[in-house]
Amino acid sequence: MMRLPRFRYHAPATLGEAAAILQGEGSQAMVVAGGTDLYPNMKRRHQTPKTLIGLRKIDALRGVKGSPARGLWIGPATILTDLEESALVREHYPGLYEAIHSISTPILRNMGTIGGNICLDTRCNYYNQNYEWRRAINFCMKCDGDTCWVAPGSDVCLAVSSSDTAPILCAFGARIQLVSKKGTRTIEAKDLYRRDGIDYLTKRSDEILAGITLPPAARWRSSYRKLRRREAFDFPVLGVAACVRFDGEIVAEARLWLGAVSMAPVEAAEAQAALVGRRLTEETIEEAARLAYPLAKPVDNTDFGLRWRKEMTRHFVREALLEVGPPGSPSGRGN
Amino acid sequence: MAVGSDGRGLRVVGKPVRKVDGLSKCAGVTLFADDIVLPRMLFCKLHRAPVPHARIVRVDISKAARMPGVMAVLTGKDLPIPFGILPVSQDEHALCLDKVRFVGDPVAAVAAVDEDTAFDAMNAIEVEYEPLDAMMSIEEAIRKPSPRIHEYGDEGNIHKKIALEFGDVERGFHDADQVFEDTFYYEGSTHLPMEQHAAVAAVDPDGKLTVWSSTQTPHYVHRALAKVLNMPPARIRVIACPNGGGFGGKSDPFNHEIVVAKLSLLIGRPVKVTLTREEVFYCHRGRHPVLMQIKTGVTRDGAIKAMHFKSYLDGGGYGSYGVASTYYTGALQTVTYPVENYKFDGLRCFTNKPPCGPKRGHGTPQPRFALEVHLDKIAERLGIDPAALRLGHLVPPQSLTANYLRVGSMGLAKCIDAVVEGSGWKQKFRHLPSGKGIGLACSSYICGAGLPIYWNNMPHTGVQLKLDRGGGVAVFCGEIDIGQGSDTVLAQVVAEVLGIDPYDIRIVFGDTDLTPVDLGSYSSRVTLMMGNAAIQAAERARELLATAVSEKLGIPAERVGFGGGQVFDVEGPERALSFADAVVAAEARFGTIGTVGSYTPPPSAARYKGSGVGPSPAYSYSAAVVELDVDPRTGWVRVDRVHLAHDVGRCINPVLVVGQVEGSVYMGLGEALMEEQVFRANRGGVHRQPSLLEYKSPTTMEMPDVVTYIIEDPDPNGPFGAKEVGQGPLLPIAPAVVNAVYDAVGVRIDEVPVTPEKILKALDSPAKRFGPKGVPEVRWPDPIRVPTPWEGGTGRAAADRRPAEARR
Amino acid sequence: MPQNVKRRRGRGRDSAAASHSSRSKVHLRLRVNGEEQEVACAPHSTLLEVLREDLRLTGTKHGCELGECGTCTVLLDGRPQLSCLLLTLECEGRPIVTVEGLAEGPRPHPLQIAFAELGAAQCGYCTPGILCAARSLLDARPSPTRQEIREALSGNLCRCTGYLKIFEAVELAARRMKDPAAQPSEETLHGRRL
Ligand SMILES: Cc1cc2nc3c(=O)[nH]c(=O)nc-3n(C[C@H](O)[C@H](O)[C@H](O)COP(=O)(O)OP(=O)(O)OC[C@H]3O[C@@H](n4cnc5c(N)ncnc54)[C@H](O)[C@@H]3O)c2cc1C
Ligand code: SF4
Ligand code: FES
Ligand code: FES
Repeated sequence: MMRLPRFRYHAPATLGEAAAILQGEGSQAMVVAGGTDLYPNMKRRHQTPKTLIGLRKIDALRGVKGSPARGLWIGPATILTDLEESALVREHYPGLYEAIHSISTPILRNMGTIGGNICLDTRCNYYNQNYEWRRAINFCMKCDGDTCWVAPGSDVCLAVSSSDTAPILCAFGARIQLVSKKGTRTIEAKDLYRRDGIDYLTKRSDEILAGITLPPAARWRSSYRKLRRREAFDFPVLGVAACVRFDGEIVAEARLWLGAVSMAPVEAAEAQAALVGRRLTEETIEEAARLAYPLAKPVDNTDFGLRWRKEMTRHFVREALLEVGPPGSPSGRGN
Repeated sequence: MAVGSDGRGLRVVGKPVRKVDGLSKCAGVTLFADDIVLPRMLFCKLHRAPVPHARIVRVDISKAARMPGVMAVLTGKDLPIPFGILPVSQDEHALCLDKVRFVGDPVAAVAAVDEDTAFDAMNAIEVEYEPLDAMMSIEEAIRKPSPRIHEYGDEGNIHKKIALEFGDVERGFHDADQVFEDTFYYEGSTHLPMEQHAAVAAVDPDGKLTVWSSTQTPHYVHRALAKVLNMPPARIRVIACPNGGGFGGKSDPFNHEIVVAKLSLLIGRPVKVTLTREEVFYCHRGRHPVLMQIKTGVTRDGAIKAMHFKSYLDGGGYGSYGVASTYYTGALQTVTYPVENYKFDGLRCFTNKPPCGPKRGHGTPQPRFALEVHLDKIAERLGIDPAALRLGHLVPPQSLTANYLRVGSMGLAKCIDAVVEGSGWKQKFRHLPSGKGIGLACSSYICGAGLPIYWNNMPHTGVQLKLDRGGGVAVFCGEIDIGQGSDTVLAQVVAEVLGIDPYDIRIVFGDTDLTPVDLGSYSSRVTLMMGNAAIQAAERARELLATAVSEKLGIPAERVGFGGGQVFDVEGPERALSFADAVVAAEARFGTIGTVGSYTPPPSAARYKGSGVGPSPAYSYSAAVVELDVDPRTGWVRVDRVHLAHDVGRCINPVLVVGQVEGSVYMGLGEALMEEQVFRANRGGVHRQPSLLEYKSPTTMEMPDVVTYIIEDPDPNGPFGAKEVGQGPLLPIAPAVVNAVYDAVGVRIDEVPVTPEKILKALDSPAKRFGPKGVPEVRWPDPIRVPTPWEGGTGRAAADRRPAEARR
Repeated sequence: MPQNVKRRRGRGRDSAAASHSSRSKVHLRLRVNGEEQEVACAPHSTLLEVLREDLRLTGTKHGCELGECGTCTVLLDGRPQLSCLLLTLECEGRPIVTVEGLAEGPRPHPLQIAFAELGAAQCGYCTPGILCAARSLLDARPSPTRQEIREALSGNLCRCTGYLKIFEAVELAARRMKDPAAQPSEETLHGRRL
C-alpha cells in the first residue's frame, strides 16, 4: 500500500489563521485543499511537507457569487463538482464548464478544488513516478536530482502545465487573489504562471490563493477542447481554450490559449490578432489554427508522440473555434 | 463420452444461475489475500534493483537491520535454491543471488512491525552493482550474444529456438497459385488485475507453514515453496484466495510468496506482503512482444497449400512459461483453416525487462493477429469476401491437423454466419462511407493443455464430494475462482448430476491441505477438466444413492431419477425420496458417503519433440466483426460495436459466458488500441509507465456495445459438451480492428496497438502501411520434420521412423 | 548508476528513510455506515487505511492508492470519493458509507442483487467501489440513461467485465427500485439469438 509520509496537520477556520500558520512554518508547510494532486505526490515523495494546512474548514474560500453581468467570484476551495453544477458557470462560462467537466473523473471531481487545479503541480513522465522508480534514473532536476531526462542539455525543467482550467482562466482574463500574512495582491491569471517546470507559479510559498474573479460574461462566447487518450482519468496532453467577443458578426476580441504544451499556458497571440475584425469563417479559423500550432512545442514527457501532439494542436484549435461558432449559432457557447 | 451432451433435460446446466459467490462479492465479504489479518502480523517490503542488468557486488543491510521495528532482513543468500514454473526454466531466485536482470528485480527483503517501517528499512538497504550491458529489444538480444543474461539457453541471449516442419512447405509454395508474405508486430501488454498481488505466511508452533496468496496456481506455488524452502510439502499448506483478477498474471510461483514464507519461518510470526501497483508491473508475465513473419501459398480459391510462420519473442529477464509461449505462437495456426504443409520457426530472447509469460490467450493472440490480417489481405487480392474465404476453408470436425492436433467439435461456420448476419456484413463491407469501417476475424483456443507443466502421469484435476445427511453437498476441488466463475460452474455441474439446487452446495477450493489437486486456473482448462472430474465424482455418488433408493422403493436402480431435490422413480415420480432422505438411506446402506472424480486428458496424437504444446481435449472457436470510425484528420479510432460469436460447445451458464465474452472483447480492445508495456532503453531500462494512470486501460467511456452470440457445438470431450470461453474471444479482436481500419481509411496497420499516430503515418506513407519492415537474420536449426496425417504420418518426427541403424 | 542521492532545488525532501515527524496518534470519531466509531490513528493515515486496518472493514479495496483507479471508492457526505486520497482526520463527523453499509439489515441493496445476478461482479474486486458510485448515481437520478451511467462510473476501472454487465445491472436495479418484478432482458442473460 502506498502511504503518506508523516506530517503535522492544521485545520484553521479562517484565512487569517491559515496565512499565519503558513508564514510561521516557512517553506516546510504547504496548504492542501482536495489533496487529489498533493497526496499522490506526497505518497511518491515528491513533496514531504512537515506541516499541512487544510483549507476545508475555511468557509470564506468556498462558493460562487456574482452574475454574468458583473462577473463571478469563485472561492478556490470550491469543489469541482459544485462548480460543474453551478448554472452560472455552465450557462455563461461554457468554456470553463467544459474544462472542469473534463478533469479526471466524476469521483475525483467530488474531491478536487478549482484552487488546487489552478496550482496543480507540473507533470512529466520522469517525475510522476514512485520514489523507487525515480531512484532508478537517479532522479531528475525537478526533484532530488540534477539532470532533465527529457532534454539532458536543458537547464530548465520542461514539466508540463497540465491544469485544465489554467488555459481557459487565462483566456477569460480571470484575476487571482493571493493572500499572505504580508497582505493581499491580485494578479491576472496569466501572470500566475511561469515557464519553469519547477517554479511554475509566481505565487510565493507563503501566499494562499483566496479568490478567482471572472470578468462579465456579456457577449463572450467560449469553448475548451481537450486531447487525451481516454475520456476519463487522463490529464490533457493538449488543451485549447477559446474566448471570443463579437460585435455583430465581427470578432471584436479573441483569446486563444493552449494548455499542456509547455510549462505554462501559452497565448496564441498572432492567431488572436488574425481573427479580430473578421468574421469567424472556415478560412479565418483555418488561418488562426495555422498561426497557433507552431507555438505548441511538446516534448517527450507525456502520453502520445510529440509530433502527433503538435499536429493535433492545429486540429484542436480549429475545433475549439468552430465550437465557439459565430453569434447566434445554437451551441450554447455563452452569450 | 460425457453425459448429457445432447443437452436435453438439463435443469441447472445452461441456466443463467446467479454466481454462487456473487452476493458475497457484492457485499464486500469475500476475503482476498490482502484482507487477511493475523495477530502479530508483520509487513514485508522488497528492495528492488534500479538497474536493468548488473552483477551484485555488495548488499549492505546493516542500516536497515538496525532500524527499530525491523524484525529481519533477507538477501539472496538466504534463499539460494532456484525455482521457476517450467522444469526446463528453473532460473529464478526469490531474491537475486549474484545478478539482477531487470529494473525491479528483487534483491533484498525486510519484515517490520508496520508497513511504514518496512518501507523506510527497504529504502535504507544499500546495494553496489557492477553494471552489465543491457538487452532491451529482440534485435539487440539476437545481435549481442554477450553478456549473457542467463548461462543457460540455446545460444547467447536466445533462450529457445524451435524449428518444426509438417509436410513440405517448399512443395506447397510451388503448388500454390499465389504466395503472400507479411510482417507483423504485436506489442507487449500486461494483465493489470485490479487486485495487486498479496501473500500472507504463517507458521504454527507445530511447524506447519500456511501461505495465503492471490495465486491462480496454488499447486505450483506449493511445489515451489517446498523446493526453495527445502521443506517437506506435507508441512506446507497453500491457500489460494479468490483472485481480484488474474488473466494469467498470477500463474507463476512468485518471489514475494517465497520471501514471506521464509521470513515467517525465521521470525515465527505471520508476515504479509502486498505489492504496490508499480511492483505488479514488475511481476508481469504478460503478453510477449512478438515480431512475426508469415508466408502463405494459396490456390485461387483461397485454400492454404503451405504456410511458413516465424515468430520472435521478447521474453524479458526470466524463463517463466516462455518456452511454452514460444511453441504456442506456432501451434494453433492450423486448427481453423486447413494448412496442407506447415513450417514454424520460433525463438524467444532474454531481455532485461520483467519476464513475459501467459496473458489471456497465452502466446496465441499474436500469431492469430498476424494470420487474420494476412488472410484479409489475401482475400482482397484474390477478390474473395473475407467471410466467404474463411467459410470456404474450415477445418472439418473430428479431424487431425497438419501438426496432429485433434479437432473435435468445430462450430466456426456457425460463428461466422452469426456475426455476418448479425452485423449486416454483406451490406456494409467495402460499402461504408469513408471513415467508417467493418472488419472480420476468427480464432480458436485450447480447452486446457493436454499435458501437465511438469511431467507426471497423474490426473490434472480432482474433485471430491462429501454428502451430508441434511442433503448438503460439500465439493472439494483445488480450482480457484479468479472471477471467471469456476465455483459456479462446479456447483452447477454437481447440482445437475445430483438433481439438487446449486445453492445447497458448498465449494471448498484452492487449498492444498483440503482439496484434491487441480493444476490451476490457466490455459482455459478449468471448466472442461474440473467439470469432467465433477461429473465423475457426482455420478459415483449418484450410483450409491440410486442403489439405496432403489432398494427402498423396490424398483431397479436404472429407474431411479434425480431432479428438483428429489430422488424418484422415473416411471412414477410421485414415488420419491427427498435428496436428504436419499443420502440418509445411502449412508445407512454404505456408510459415510464420499466420492471422488478425476480427469486426465486423452492422449495426444502428436508424438514429436515439441508436441507437448497445442494438443487439447477440445478447441473453442470465435468469430468477430468490429464496426468503427476513423477520423482521417487525426487518426482517431472509435469502436462503435463488436459482434462476437463464440462456440462454447455447451453453455453451462449463459450469463457467465456472455460476461467472459464481453470481458475478452474489452481486454482485446485495450491491446488493439492502447495498452503497451514498454520501457525506456536509453534511460536505464525503466518501465515507461508503471501506473494505472499512464498504462492506458479502457474506461467505461471507451467501451463499445458488444453483441454476443452463443454458439453451441457440443464436444464429446467436454462436460455436457462444454468448451472454454475465458480466453478465446479475445483473439479475433485486434485483427478485426485492424481489418476494419483498412475498410475505413484504406491503410494497413500491421502492428498493435493501433494508435492514431500510426494511422496518420500510414496515411502519409506511399505504401499506406505502418508496421515492421522485416525480421532479423537468424540461423534456424534444421527443422524437426513430421509427415502430415495425409502423407501417412504417425505423429512422430521423420527421423524417428528411420530404422535403428540409420539413426546411429 | 551511483546510489547516492544528491539534493537540489526546491521541495525540501530528504531521503525517504528519514521522515520522522509526529508519531503520536489522534483520536477520532467516525460515522461509518450509520455507526459511531472511535479510532486512534496516525495523523497521516488515509481513510482507506483506517477502514481496512483499524476498523477491519476490508470490503473497501485498493488498486493503486494514488487516485488512479476508483477501487477504493466510498461515500462521504453522500458523494463517491476516493478513500485512498482522504485524510481520515478530515472525515471526522461526516457520514461515511462503505460497501458493508449498502445493505439494509439482511436485505442486500437492489444494486447488489442485480450485480450478482447479471455477473456484473466477476472477480468482485472493483465491485465495492462501483457499487458505491452507482448507489450515489441512483440516489440522484433514479432512472439514469446509459450515458449517465457510463459517465458516473467513468472513474472506476474494471478489468474483468468490460463494464457492460455493470451498466445493465445498474439499469436493472433502477427499474427494480420502482417495480420489484422487473426482469433482465433475454439478451442480457443469453446473448443475442439469431
Ligand atoms: C488520476 C488523476 C487524474 C487527474 N486528472 C486531471 C485532469 O484531467 N485535469 C486536471 O486539471 N487535473 C487532473 N488531476 C489533478 C487534480 O485532481 C485536480 O487538478 C484537482 O483540481 C486538484 O485540486 P485539489 O484541491 O485536489 O488540489 P490539492 O492536491 O489540494 O492541491 C494541489 C496544489 O495546489 C496547492 N493549493 C491548493 N489550494 C490552494 C490554495 N487555495 N492556495 C494556494 N495553494 C493551493 C497545494 O498546496 C498543492 O500544491 C488528476 C488527478 C488524479 C489523481
Ligand atoms: S522535464 Fe526534465 S527536469 Fe522536469 S520533471 Fe521532466 S525530467 Fe525532470
Ligand atoms: S486505490 Fe486506486 S483510486 Fe484509490
Ligand atoms: S469484476 Fe474484476 S475488476 Fe471488475
